[in-house]
Amino acid sequence: MLVFIFMGVTITFASDGTKIDTGATAWMLTSTALVLLMIPGLAMFYGGLVRSKNVLGTIMHSFVAMGIISVLWVAVGYSMSFGKNVLGGIFGWNSDYFFLKGIDTNILEAGVPEYVFSMFQGKFAIITPALIAGAFAERVTFKAYCIFIALWSLLVYNPLCHWVWASDGFLYNLGARGAIDFAGGTVVHISAGVSGLVAALFLGSRRGYPYQVIRPNNLVITMLGAGLLWVGWFGFNAGSSISSGLSTAQALTATQVAAASGALAWIIIESSHQGKATVLGFASGILAGLVAVTPAAGVVQPYGAMILGVLASVACYMAIQVKNRLGYDDSLDAFGIHGIGGITGAIFLIFFIRRSWMVEAGTAHGGSWTILNQLGVQALAVVIAIAFAALMTFVIIYFLNKVVKFKASEADEMAGLDRSYHGERGYGMLNPS
Amino acid sequence: MKLITAIIREVQLDRVREALIHAEITRITVSRVSGHGQQRIEEMYRGQRIVPDLIPKIKIEIAVNEAFVDITVDTILKSAKTNGKEGYVGDGKIFITPLEECIRIRTGERGGSAI
Repeated sequence: MLVFIFMGVTITFASDGTKIDTGATAWMLTSTALVLLMIPGLAMFYGGLVRSKNVLGTIMHSFVAMGIISVLWVAVGYSMSFGKNVLGGIFGWNSDYFFLKGIDTNILEAGVPEYVFSMFQGKFAIITPALIAGAFAERVTFKAYCIFIALWSLLVYNPLCHWVWASDGFLYNLGARGAIDFAGGTVVHISAGVSGLVAALFLGSRRGYPYQVIRPNNLVITMLGAGLLWVGWFGFNAGSSISSGLSTAQALTATQVAAASGALAWIIIESSHQGKATVLGFASGILAGLVAVTPAAGVVQPYGAMILGVLASVACYMAIQVKNRLGYDDSLDAFGIHGIGGITGAIFLIFFIRRSWMVEAGTAHGGSWTILNQLGVQALAVVIAIAFAALMTFVIIYFLNKVVKFKASEADEMAGLDRSYHGERGYGMLNPS
Repeated sequence: MKLITAIIREVQLDRVREALIHAEITRITVSRVSGHGQQRIEEMYRGQRIVPDLIPKIKIEIAVNEAFVDITVDTILKSAKTNGKEGYVGDGKIFITPLEECIRIRTGERGGSAI
């Protein structure tokens, strides 16, 4: 409301009389654009980490998600995620949301046009399957990938999103004030990370992994991508307040602090373990911190976010060491960062919840609500997300693989995704890597 | 001593490398080159098929003592053919040139032992 007075903006009335909060709407429009910016960011982050023969194919994994998932989201995704419970609450449905045809003049209670909210949520739906691509980079056919992310979005993302974020979702209503997942720790990061792990295990490793050293083709692109992800994450987390006010500011601050402490923690761990502070390590720490604070951004204060960032880097760093021991090929550490970081954030946030939140939870519960009570809720949400994502991903890949070969043939893999599936090359005459 | 220079397809690099390592020939130089031989390839550019004048290839250079010439050449021949047996136009060429001298910079050693 301060924004209104300060800027002297006149209040707009929509056809049904609900006021548009122009301040909140402006921020939500900005956030929507910022979250979309994360997808080219992710394309660059992943694109730099693969070999030069796969750079375009890997970038395309992110970009094609913008096409496929946007279309699906408008058609049925928003309805499945934010419609009323159907089939016992497995997902939602609202015929007004089918092709968004009935929300032309809708304005949410928050004073934001429903179009803005649905597009904002659509960006989350896009980035989540794109994250999975990191786990099976450099070795899948383009056609099967496209079908996979479409099915995954319909069968994993939309139901999970409905459970956690729709007002009648069962995880939203668990315990006193629901499972805490402010901006997508379970919905986005745990589900993508776990699905990536299942896919990587199912498909097997890249040719030559781990004996042949597979190096990033361009860490400069990777760092630019990591930078864009950090910037975009302000839309991701601070936008998830669906307002432009105090909770937005709280989320924004927590996001910045966790990214910074995660990045610093990573290079400290790495330089004491390996002797050098790598640039990729710093980027990994940024992501670990951001992923961990994603579920927590609405309920933790800056000191809590700082500790979460550190914990996430410790956990993710150890997870990657374990991966190297076990030898499975989670190529770009989709599980190592997003899966482990998401779980760390969703569980450990309970120690840093703002006092006022706990008091309100206690009142809502009709008495007291303790950290341990909330731990139970968080753990249940995490376990459900893991189990559901793992099972469904396995089912999708198992049946998809019968129809369209998911893993690239040996010849295609050696030639590279760029040449095999796109008929193009990413770079001119750089030396092979 | 001979210098073996092989021009091969980019996509065959992994196979050739693996075959050479398997034959215990590990000291090689690889570079990305472009050239024009018998082959024509098509690439895509905004819905248009284009045939580039110069085709990207990989050049492998291996300096060997006489005893290793045959095994090196055989290994490349076997591994650089596109389909393993008959091969296609564009699989590349191998050049063998006499090598006058070889000097290891670190020690100043000369001749066969420096290879």
